[in-house]
Amino acid sequence: MPPAALSVHLSIGQAYAWSVFKAPLESSLDISGTLSALPFQLGIVMLGLSAAFGGTLVERNGPRWAMTVALVCFSSGFLLSALGAYTGQYWLIVLGYGFVGGIGLGIGYISPVSTLIKWFPDRPGMATGIAIMGFGGGALIASPWSTRMLESFGSDSSGIATAFLVHGLVYALFMSLGVLLIRVPRPAEGGAAEDATAGVGGVQVSARDAVRTPQFWLLWLVLVMNVTAGIGILEKAAPMITDFFAGSSTPVSVSAAAGFVALLSAANMAGRIGWSSTSDLIGRKNVYRVYLGVGALMYLLIALFGDASKPLFVLCALVILSFYGGGFATIPAYLKDLFGTYQVGAIHGRLLTAWSTAGVLGPLIVNWIADRQQEAGKEGPELYGTSLFIMIGLLVVGFVANELVRPVHAKYHVKEGVHVPEPA
Amino acid sequence: MSPNPPEGAGRRGLIALSWLWVGAPLAYGLYELVRKATQLFTG
Repeated sequence: MPPAALSVHLSIGQAYAWSVFKAPLESSLDISGTLSALPFQLGIVMLGLSAAFGGTLVERNGPRWAMTVALVCFSSGFLLSALGAYTGQYWLIVLGYGFVGGIGLGIGYISPVSTLIKWFPDRPGMATGIAIMGFGGGALIASPWSTRMLESFGSDSSGIATAFLVHGLVYALFMSLGVLLIRVPRPAEGGAAEDATAGVGGVQVSARDAVRTPQFWLLWLVLVMNVTAGIGILEKAAPMITDFFAGSSTPVSVSAAAGFVALLSAANMAGRIGWSSTSDLIGRKNVYRVYLGVGALMYLLIALFGDASKPLFVLCALVILSFYGGGFATIPAYLKDLFGTYQVGAIHGRLLTAWSTAGVLGPLIVNWIADRQQEAGKEGPELYGTSLFIMIGLLVVGFVANELVRPVHAKYHVKEGVHVPEPA
Repeated sequence: MSPNPPEGAGRRGLIALSWLWVGAPLAYGLYELVRKATQLFTG
């Protein structure tokens, strides 16, 4: 099952490599940088919306149906974009990659989650970590691959169209492995016994009821805070390390800053599988204590001593990014513990709206503050001081939210396939 | 939800092939990542 899940996540993870197409699109179609980012932004919005609203359909129709929908949408998105680039109709690229492809991202992201948990009920953290690690790995593959393709086909509209066409066809073929192999375990296989797939204490909660519980919204807050803190570093990684050591005896070059960004991607990916698997051993609540508590400590070290030592700065940033990835990968297992596997895919889909929120919040905080500090005549590490302390505050809020998570009240439990609410 | 899964050697072959299917492009991505990341220390 892991390769089936990986084939989908490694494909849709291409979304984070969209920036490769930005400059060629801007020059060939004469559009602004803001406009060239639109397909990616719409894609991420559609990811959140389709995961939130399509989660129940995924649970009802099964993982093979979901992966088929993801394959068709994600690949057709590229094919529509190829047509748009070839005819010079940019709106077709926005519609194709952003809207249609974005639906593929959302459905594809949640498609293997509940199935993997059913296959590995004793190690749900490791199971979902493998798949969600694939989403991080997707950009690592797509970024150099797409760059080479544009070098071969050319960066004019015809070359971009050919590259989009090849992407659509290759990803359709690659994702077909997932469609062919994925299946839910039979009762005799894996550990799919009812008690093993239930949450802690044999709990099963429907998606409709889960969003009415405080636990869901506390985890939503935890995810927003953890993701915002990670994006705080990711968004400004290259200029940040350059500014921090601009006045030192060992300034950071452009290529070294690019190397730092690549290293952060590796930490993000390693954190997804590493920390998520660790959560199977130390528990979900404890691992989030580490993400949020130690994460805040890492930010504090950067704020206080970051400019004094490059290794310390790099190490702290790597740890923060590993927590960022770990936070994404561990959340489905945390949901399984609290709500069981009954509709965990649908609940996970609804929780991903936290990702969309953090995607707006994180860059907004860091960029807005850095701009204000620059206007005030500050430079170097001073540009980021306020942002770093805001990130610490956000992580503390997330830490408190995690501490408040308790087992779900019995009135929300599903009993024998029928929801029987108890009197309040 | 699917036909009976293959058994024995066929099953092992299918597992190896499916890991190769996802492992090969991932190895390529990791190789490119390491190449780029070393610039932090050499660039």
